[in-house]
Amino acid sequence: MAELTFLEALRQGIWEEMERDERVFILGEDVGAYGGAFKVTDGFSKRFGESRVIDTPISEAAIVGAAAGAAHMGLRPVAEMQFIDFISCAYDMLTNYVATARYRAGLSTPMVVRGPCGGYVRGGPFHSQNPEAAFLHTPGLKIVYPATVRDAKGLIKSSIRDEDPVLYLEHKWLYRRIKEQLPEGEEILTPIGQARIAREGKHLSIISYGATLWKSLEAADQLEKADGVSVEVLDLRTLLPMDDAAIVATVKKTNKVLIVHEDTRTGGIAGEIAARINEQAFEWLDGPIMRVTAHDVPIPYAPTLEDFVLPQTDDIVKAARWLAAY
Amino acid sequence: MALPATRPSGAVPSGAVLSADQLLELYYYLRLTRTLEERLVALYRQTKVIGGLFRSLGQEGESVASAYALERGRHRDILSPLIRNLGSLLVMGAQPIEILRQYMAKADSPTRGRELNVHFNDLEKGYLGQISHLGDMIPVMAGIALSFKLRAEPRVGLVYIGDGGTSTGTFHEGLNLAAVQRLPLVVIGEYNHWAYSTPPEKQFAVKDLAEKAKGYGVPSVTVDGNDVFAVYEATRFAVERARRGKGVHFIEVKTYRRKGHAEHDDQHYVPKTDLESWAKENDPIDRYTQRLLTADLITEGDLKDIDDRVRVEVDQATDACVNDPLPTSESALPGVYVDPPAADKLWFKVL
Repeated sequence: MAELTFLEALRQGIWEEMERDERVFILGEDVGAYGGAFKVTDGFSKRFGESRVIDTPISEAAIVGAAAGAAHMGLRPVAEMQFIDFISCAYDMLTNYVATARYRAGLSTPMVVRGPCGGYVRGGPFHSQNPEAAFLHTPGLKIVYPATVRDAKGLIKSSIRDEDPVLYLEHKWLYRRIKEQLPEGEEILTPIGQARIAREGKHLSIISYGATLWKSLEAADQLEKADGVSVEVLDLRTLLPMDDAAIVATVKKTNKVLIVHEDTRTGGIAGEIAARINEQAFEWLDGPIMRVTAHDVPIPYAPTLEDFVLPQTDDIVKAARWLAAY
Repeated sequence: MALPATRPSGAVPSGAVLSADQLLELYYYLRLTRTLEERLVALYRQTKVIGGLFRSLGQEGESVASAYALERGRHRDILSPLIRNLGSLLVMGAQPIEILRQYMAKADSPTRGRELNVHFNDLEKGYLGQISHLGDMIPVMAGIALSFKLRAEPRVGLVYIGDGGTSTGTFHEGLNLAAVQRLPLVVIGEYNHWAYSTPPEKQFAVKDLAEKAKGYGVPSVTVDGNDVFAVYEATRFAVERARRGKGVHFIEVKTYRRKGHAEHDDQHYVPKTDLESWAKENDPIDRYTQRLLTADLITEGDLKDIDDRVRVEVDQATDACVNDPLPTSESALPGVYVDPPAADKLWFKVL
């Protein structure tokens, strides 16, 4: 066993796939000599050479477009967005070209676009975003969002092996904050499309992913101790395709649902989850489906502002307490 | 408006050697392109073409000649055509019946009725269909060329961009990446004077598209796009240069779009005198055949034989598919992903 951070597990996953499959290569800004802005690809250039770790111009559209072309030809590109906020520059390429390729033209485009997302790190409006809702609406893409060290590794490996394009979102607040023992020599592959019960409970379910998964778990502990409320926490892990079965199962078990995400509220993923519960498990509900999300503002820089705008553990505790009493 | 500049702004080596058979084959593709489009017009008027119809009238020469300069066959060079590069597709081996089925949205069309017109592909034969977002194919074809480079394959990519398309960000971003990586990519810039209804002077402030390429360190040349030989020679030079690992090359072809943006467009914004002069004095097929006839390289009989053959082929292709069915409704659901294999049918469809 070796104790790894989230970032180390992600790095190890990419490394193992590049050792295993010579078709896998990396392209992005400052990924080679510098090893990536957060050092995810540190040491890769030395091991795998410049032809498999390609430093590109500052052009997310060209990175994603070139990855798509190479993927059509049978290669397995892993494209890095230096911060996921910049993926909007490649929105056209991802949604119009990449996502539609199989359906409209029978083209295989096995590629991964990955990058650091999320706030709580004083990054301001352009280094704190969560872009998942912008892509959830795009048939043809898959979106994974690991919250644990094990899934950081297991989902990047599954994403690289997937036959379809995958958006892999990695929360920078988790990069070096969480650690986990991972067995050496074990092939860790987290299946895409499967949620995970992160905590068993009876009275209320919290559905979350990413950094707020940890805040939800913290809130669940507090509620257990202070109120005797037993909270189940579901870690979605994959956002597209969404694991409806796991969502419905936890609703049927606890009959109350709080959805927690860090992204802004209007048009956020919580709305989609609520709609699915309404369609598939309406009669099992004993209370309204409630949301804890960021406020509908761009993510501000000052700690007093960011802490207020983004969902905190206390917010989750208060919301869950309200719902438990409903 | 003046006839196109024939001056080459860079070195175009002359002396392309084409056999008599090749000269006739080039004529075959030129004629096939025009005849097939004329058939599509007839089908459009009968409402059998479902969507818009986009003509390449006047641009067949540059399409056919540039594609003809590539190595063709299974797993050889790859090009990405635009809407007015039907000729390029045919040269690469797309079949007239595939084009007809695409336009008529038939169940057996290459995209099974999912996509329109020339938006389809066969990477083994060497063509990758465009999407409607102009410029996007430049980065994608850079990626195709990158795969050739990474695998050390002696293959070349070729991609077309219109004068209007060079205004997009993806054109510039893709060209820059390809230049930095010295990818085996040839870019054909088609200066056809009209981007829908917008003339060049409202599209860019440079005189020639070739100037744009130079800003990225990409060698470029401007050629008479309606001179089949000039386009072939320039493309041949660029393709072989790319194949030798010398990187990207940009070829601007000056030509003229003699029909509207699509068949519905009456071109009221185009000066009639332009259309007349380009049709009378500068039709690429007329110029090609006149040159061959004058040089006694082919005979009127050769041309007539090909015209007849093309007509029979287009007739047969039309007859073979015109009454075919459209795709079944539920065939809309599979194939967004490998897994899940099909989208779920929605609840109200099964009430």
